[in-house]
Order: sequence, then structure tokens, then C-alpha cells
Amino acid sequence: MRYITARKRALGLGSAKTGTEHHWFMIVSGIALVGLVLAFVLIFGRALGSSHEEVVATFSRPFPAIVALLTIWVGMAHFRKGAQTAIEDYSRGITQKALLILTICVSYSVMAAGLYAVLRIAI
Amino acid sequence: MADFNRGNRPLSPHLQVYRPQITSVTSIFTRITGNALIVAAILIVWWFLAAAKGPEAFARADWVLTSWIGDLVMTLSVWALWYHTLAGIRHVIWDAGRGLELKTAERLGLAVIGGSALLTLLTIIVV
Repeated sequence: MRYITARKRALGLGSAKTGTEHHWFMIVSGIALVGLVLAFVLIFGRALGSSHEEVVATFSRPFPAIVALLTIWVGMAHFRKGAQTAIEDYSRGITQKALLILTICVSYSVMAAGLYAVLRIAI
Repeated sequence: MADFNRGNRPLSPHLQVYRPQITSVTSIFTRITGNALIVAAILIVWWFLAAAKGPEAFARADWVLTSWIGDLVMTLSVWALWYHTLAGIRHVIWDAGRGLELKTAERLGLAVIGGSALLTLLTIIVV
């Protein structure tokens, strides 16, 4: 018997060397998102359709602002890696590279824009 | 000449040769819903940016998101979100080595379909 966990033993193996890390990231971010999304849907759903002052007031409060920040941050990181898996499954060569670059750029742009906007409202 | 036939080997059978099953279809939809959620993400971030900018920009974004087409996209996205969440939980259960018996796996698939519909209705009622 080896005194090492199953995940530790798989880390760094496979052709890409990062598959285990990638998979583990999806599990952790996915479980985190279950709680975040639940809170975000309630907060955002209530805010959508109300006036500008009400929206600014809502996201000036710490809890709604932090939930929105974390949902955008973790959500886009989860999307970036999830979409990467799909692209790597269905496309090859230059198409695959172009799609990966596009996905990563879009993910970080949406993440940055969202974080900036919520911080701008909150502070 | 080790690379003589690289990339031109026969492929193993893929999706098109299998009859659709509850397990495979619900799995494929996990991927579709996950990727489709980028549309809602972009719209919501745009809404936040507009709110940060000022009342006029906000009025424009809010009008789009609460129009009938915005309502349609948001409602479908809520379903996609719950579906992806439940299906993701199912994958975590499978990763733990549980629920892999055919009967249980099929029941989990039906639970994902039913659960996502129920949660969508609940969201529409509560929010």
C-alpha cells in the first residue's frame, strides 16, 4: 500500500500532463457554483426589472456584490475550461487553436468586464 | 517511418452509430447547455456594465433584457443553468464511483430532466 492519494498519483500524467488538474478544477469550481448560482439567481432575478437606483442600491450592499463578483469570476473560469474540453473533442489543427484562443479571450474579457462593473457599482 | 499512417487511422464508432439513450442524450445536453450559457453571461455582464455607467445606458440594457426576446433568452437560460447544475452534480456522483449501475444511471438522467423543469418553474414563480 502506498501512502499517497489517488489524485496525487494521477497528477502530471497523460499526454497533456494537466488532465487531472483540469478535471479537479472543474469539480471544485462546479460545486462552488452550485451555491453561488443559487444565490445569484435570487439576487439578480429580483434586481432585474427594477429601477437603476434600486439596482445600484442592491449591489452596493456587501453580500449581493460579493455573490455577483464570485459568480462572474468562478463562472467564467469554469466556462473557459469547460469550453476548452468541448473544442479539443470536436476540432483539430488550426481550427482548434483559433477556437481555443477565441474562447480564452472571450472568457477573460467577460470576466474582467463583469468584475469591473460590479466593483464600480459596489464601491 | 513510425509516423507513416498518423492521423489517417480508422476511427472507433462514435455518437452516430448508437441509438439515443437517456444516459447519452442527457450527457450531451450538459455540454450544450454549458456552452449556451455564454449568451446569458454576456447579456448579464452588459447589464451590469450599463448599470455602472449610468441611468441612460442602464435603461437601454434593461429594455433589451426585459423585452419579450430578453425574457425568452433569460427563461431558457434559467432552464439551461438548472439542467447544467443538476447534470454536473450527477457527474460528481459518478466520479465518486456511485450511481453507475444502468438502472440508477437512467433514473438519475430522468431526475435531471424533471428536476430542471421543476426548478425552472420555481424560479419563474419566486423571482
